[in-house]
Amino acid sequence: MPDGPSAASNGVPRNTGEPLDLDRVLAIRVNRSAAERRAATIPARRTVKKEWQAAWLLRAVTLMDLTTLAGDDTPGNVRRLCAKARQPLRPDLVEALRVGALAPTVAAVCVYHRYVPTAVEALAGSGIPVAAVSTGFPAGLSPFGQRVDEIHASVAAGAREIDVVITRAHALIGDWAALYDEVRAFRSACGTAHLKVILATGELATLTTVARASLVAMMAGADFIKTSTGKEGVNATLPVSLAMVRQIREYAERTGFRVGYKPAGGIRTARQATDYLLLMKEELGRDWLEPHLFRFGASSLLTDIERQLEMFVTGRYAAAHRHPMP
Amino acid sequence: MATVAELFETMEYGPAPESDAPARTWLAQHDGAFGHFIGGAWTKPGKRARPATFDVIDPSTGRRLATATQGTASDVEAAVAAARKAFPAWSRLTPHQRARHLYALARMVQRNARLFAVLESMDNGKPIRETRDLDIPLVARHFYHHAGWAQLRDAEFPGYQPVGVIGQIIPWNFPLLMLAWKVAPALAAGNTVVLKPAEFTPLSALLFAELSHRAGLPPGVLNIVTGDGATGAALVNHPGVDKIAFTGSTEVGRIIRRATAGSGKKLSLELGGKSPFIVYDDADLDGVVEGVVDAIWFNQGQVCCAGSRLLVQEGIADRLYAKLRARMERLRVGPPLDKAVDMGAIVAPVQLERIRELVRTGQDEGATMWQPSWAVPKEGCFYPPTLFTGVFPSSTIAQVEIFGPVMVSMTFRTPDESVALANNTPYGLAASIWTENINLALDIAPKIKAGVVWINSTNLFDAASGFGGYRESGFGREGGREGMWEYLTRARGAKRKPQKEPRVTPPTSDLEPRTSESVDRTAKLFIGGKQVRPDSGYSRVIVSPKGKPIAEVGDGNRKDIRNAVEAAHAAKGWARSSGHLRAQVLYYIGENLDARRGEFAARIASMTGASTRDAAREVDASVRRLFTYAAWADKWDGAVHSVPIRGVALAMHEPIGVAGVGCPFDAPLLGFISLVAPLIATGNAVIAIPSEPHPLAATDLYQVFETSDLPAGVVNIVTGARDPLMKVLAEHDDVEAVWYCGSADGVKMVELASASNMKRTWCPSSGTDWLDDAEGEGREFLRAAVQVKNIWVPYGE
Repeated sequence: MPDGPSAASNGVPRNTGEPLDLDRVLAIRVNRSAAERRAATIPARRTVKKEWQAAWLLRAVTLMDLTTLAGDDTPGNVRRLCAKARQPLRPDLVEALRVGALAPTVAAVCVYHRYVPTAVEALAGSGIPVAAVSTGFPAGLSPFGQRVDEIHASVAAGAREIDVVITRAHALIGDWAALYDEVRAFRSACGTAHLKVILATGELATLTTVARASLVAMMAGADFIKTSTGKEGVNATLPVSLAMVRQIREYAERTGFRVGYKPAGGIRTARQATDYLLLMKEELGRDWLEPHLFRFGASSLLTDIERQLEMFVTGRYAAAHRHPMP
Repeated sequence: MATVAELFETMEYGPAPESDAPARTWLAQHDGAFGHFIGGAWTKPGKRARPATFDVIDPSTGRRLATATQGTASDVEAAVAAARKAFPAWSRLTPHQRARHLYALARMVQRNARLFAVLESMDNGKPIRETRDLDIPLVARHFYHHAGWAQLRDAEFPGYQPVGVIGQIIPWNFPLLMLAWKVAPALAAGNTVVLKPAEFTPLSALLFAELSHRAGLPPGVLNIVTGDGATGAALVNHPGVDKIAFTGSTEVGRIIRRATAGSGKKLSLELGGKSPFIVYDDADLDGVVEGVVDAIWFNQGQVCCAGSRLLVQEGIADRLYAKLRARMERLRVGPPLDKAVDMGAIVAPVQLERIRELVRTGQDEGATMWQPSWAVPKEGCFYPPTLFTGVFPSSTIAQVEIFGPVMVSMTFRTPDESVALANNTPYGLAASIWTENINLALDIAPKIKAGVVWINSTNLFDAASGFGGYRESGFGREGGREGMWEYLTRARGAKRKPQKEPRVTPPTSDLEPRTSESVDRTAKLFIGGKQVRPDSGYSRVIVSPKGKPIAEVGDGNRKDIRNAVEAAHAAKGWARSSGHLRAQVLYYIGENLDARRGEFAARIASMTGASTRDAAREVDASVRRLFTYAAWADKWDGAVHSVPIRGVALAMHEPIGVAGVGCPFDAPLLGFISLVAPLIATGNAVIAIPSEPHPLAATDLYQVFETSDLPAGVVNIVTGARDPLMKVLAEHDDVEAVWYCGSADGVKMVELASASNMKRTWCPSSGTDWLDDAEGEGREFLRAAVQVKNIWVPYGE
């Protein structure tokens, strides 16, 4: 399997995966009611205010995969998104927060394969990687060879991160070997590009299946596991996130490899973003609040964070139209 | 102040204080000095000189919040008088009128939710998150739910009426929630109340009384008297109080049981616990870890039903401990009004010292203690979350209720061993069971001696579900239909006056010699399905009303009682048998008794002097009664409570266990059947002391039992001097219930003696007309024969 350093890895050894251990996979049981109770208390047990809140929201900005995945995308709106990625916050806000030295940008820009060259060009010199959704996104039902070729093509076009979708059927019927082989092949196709495996949790029905699929994806070499395409009926939720990040924790404790987590879909408010950061800090610790281990997949979240940061600075409720649109 | 850029790197939590200003304003409106709230008005605060007032302290700072007044006997007198005065009008309101009042109280709590939450947090030291998200919403929920019972009282509890003036004594761990649990059902049923909050935490009760008055609750319906144990004792002992409801320690509960013995006061007690938290090897361990957080680090572990004994299947113990230690490291202890802490302050220095001392004991006894690396605040009463491993049942900390954030952990090998460990305690309040195997969960739940069992969850509460203990965790239920019974009494008591029981005199020496031509028949005792000779080697002569000896029966003693209790425990399969099987046995007893109707009637007539017709009526009524309880045996169902989770709370009717029965002197057959049949119909095993002067109807039953497939040990009969034998039964620590129908002195004796293990006592009036089905049988008997276990089963995959 090709391995190598990556700009996004921060020097952390990349997950090499491990042989599929079915006993371990099948032993996983997630109690939904217990997970939901825990998920409900995380936002109730923790909160951040004032400077702390501003710092956490700024952190959320830097953990964002700014995304556009629409049928009507054109080079024009992709370039606009990339411009926003370079400068996600109004300069006067950056100034007022006194964080200019941090030169905050988003973590990545996420597009369909067709717009990888556009985005690469638009982000040239910024250091911001381009992520491409791939492998027959969002349903993942194209011919296997075609899906693997899609990865090759996106990597060749300059994508440094590949967000793949799995064949949900493998997880739903419990064909874990098939899922393992599929993700393994995707990983191999990625080369040095980072692999984010989208489980489409909204279609996996139970938290136990989500957790098992998470482990299989990590065993097969995923750099990130990700909840959703944004196209399923149910996207990222806190209970689903708990089921996934707890598998990340176990995997790290057992293998030493730190796998990243990316909730995506439906995360629109600063409060939601804070809840996810709280969940990561509570369940996995401070280390996981870095771009190589955590991302938000989001398109409209940034605007709400900008408004909240402005309110912190001015003390007044803010309006969206006063912030440059992505 | 750290900059945003610095905080961006550290990603620390910052302070997130809830304002205490509105609560301080309320305290200031009272000049920080509170009297009692009696008859709709404040009494003058006590003088500063001790002991007229006491300080109310914020345990997180040690600073005084206010002073409250030490209630004296005359304060209690005034409060009881106010409640008594208010009772006629309040109890005569229509159910709907009372429902409006309870609804108004629910709304009042919601309107003032944050003020209550902040004040409670300041007074008790518990985190604002808990008061805001749990205590106060549950308080409002309790009043809403009981507005419903007020509305439905006459429809759902026909033939019942309020008890009268209720004395209520509540603890400091959930001050306002415990008030709600006590006050809501009491008022809904039509009672009036005198409530004494704990001396550490009187403020929310005082605020509640003031706001209730403003919400239109009539004066005297709810009275608050503050003070310490002496005030509580004055309330308990006040002759004008008709019922005492107490939540607190088993030690004090026992004192109250003794103090009220023979007084006729109704009593419900919610006492201590050392509840097991059982983890099987297929459980979702990450879910379990959060369960442990909610079990023992909720309210700083100061929770009577806290899962404080962690029982882990051996193979997964080390993994679970590692996860727990990691989780504990991330808990936050700090100022209670900080919205981002997990634990606040311990209620008072004395409690903190008790926790420290027990933790020292645990260490001295060789258990391994683990605490997080971080330190708790130096100022104020704080104690860190603590986990003990290497604990054994023989360890002090495995047996004693610590009432602090200290978990003790033990391992088990098999499900049977987990049950044995779980039940290896005098308590029986709650239990948690963690497994992904529904077969296992629903097999274990009925085997645990506890009033509440949570499957894959813990510390779930709701007004619709009864809460209360088994064993020395007390008796009575709070919440749900089962809780309403505690505040109601039968509208029509026994029609007859309590019977004056004749003194049973020892037979004199100038008895006439036996004249019968039949073969001598001396009744022995009936123990474990066998007729056995009394240990004493003595017998008692039974005489006719004219003094003529009829027969002799064994003179039972304490050793016979001991043997009978052992035999009853050996018959524990009866409790697990189906209602259908128990029904068949009861019908069969009825059938066989009916076949010998004439013989039994003649026996009754010869013993009591009753006419043949009356004696035959008693036999017929006995057969009828057996049929009644045979009918009930497979119908005395529990309930499924509607609780606000995705899941169900199963309210199971479980037999209490081994029961001692002291039968009335009159109605020698029917009195015996009326008490024994409901107990065995519901799965209990019985040791009965039959009518002392007329025991032969009961001893004649041996043969009926022997031909009716009644398993050995389910009914044991020891003849002899009833009250001394009942004393042995009532004192026996392995007897779980005592029913007694006899003299007032006997009732007092039984209630006093029962305190040793807090057994359930039930003493129907000796004036009961057993021939009257409305008095002598039915649901009241069945309720007394079972205890309700609420099993919470969340579901969803």
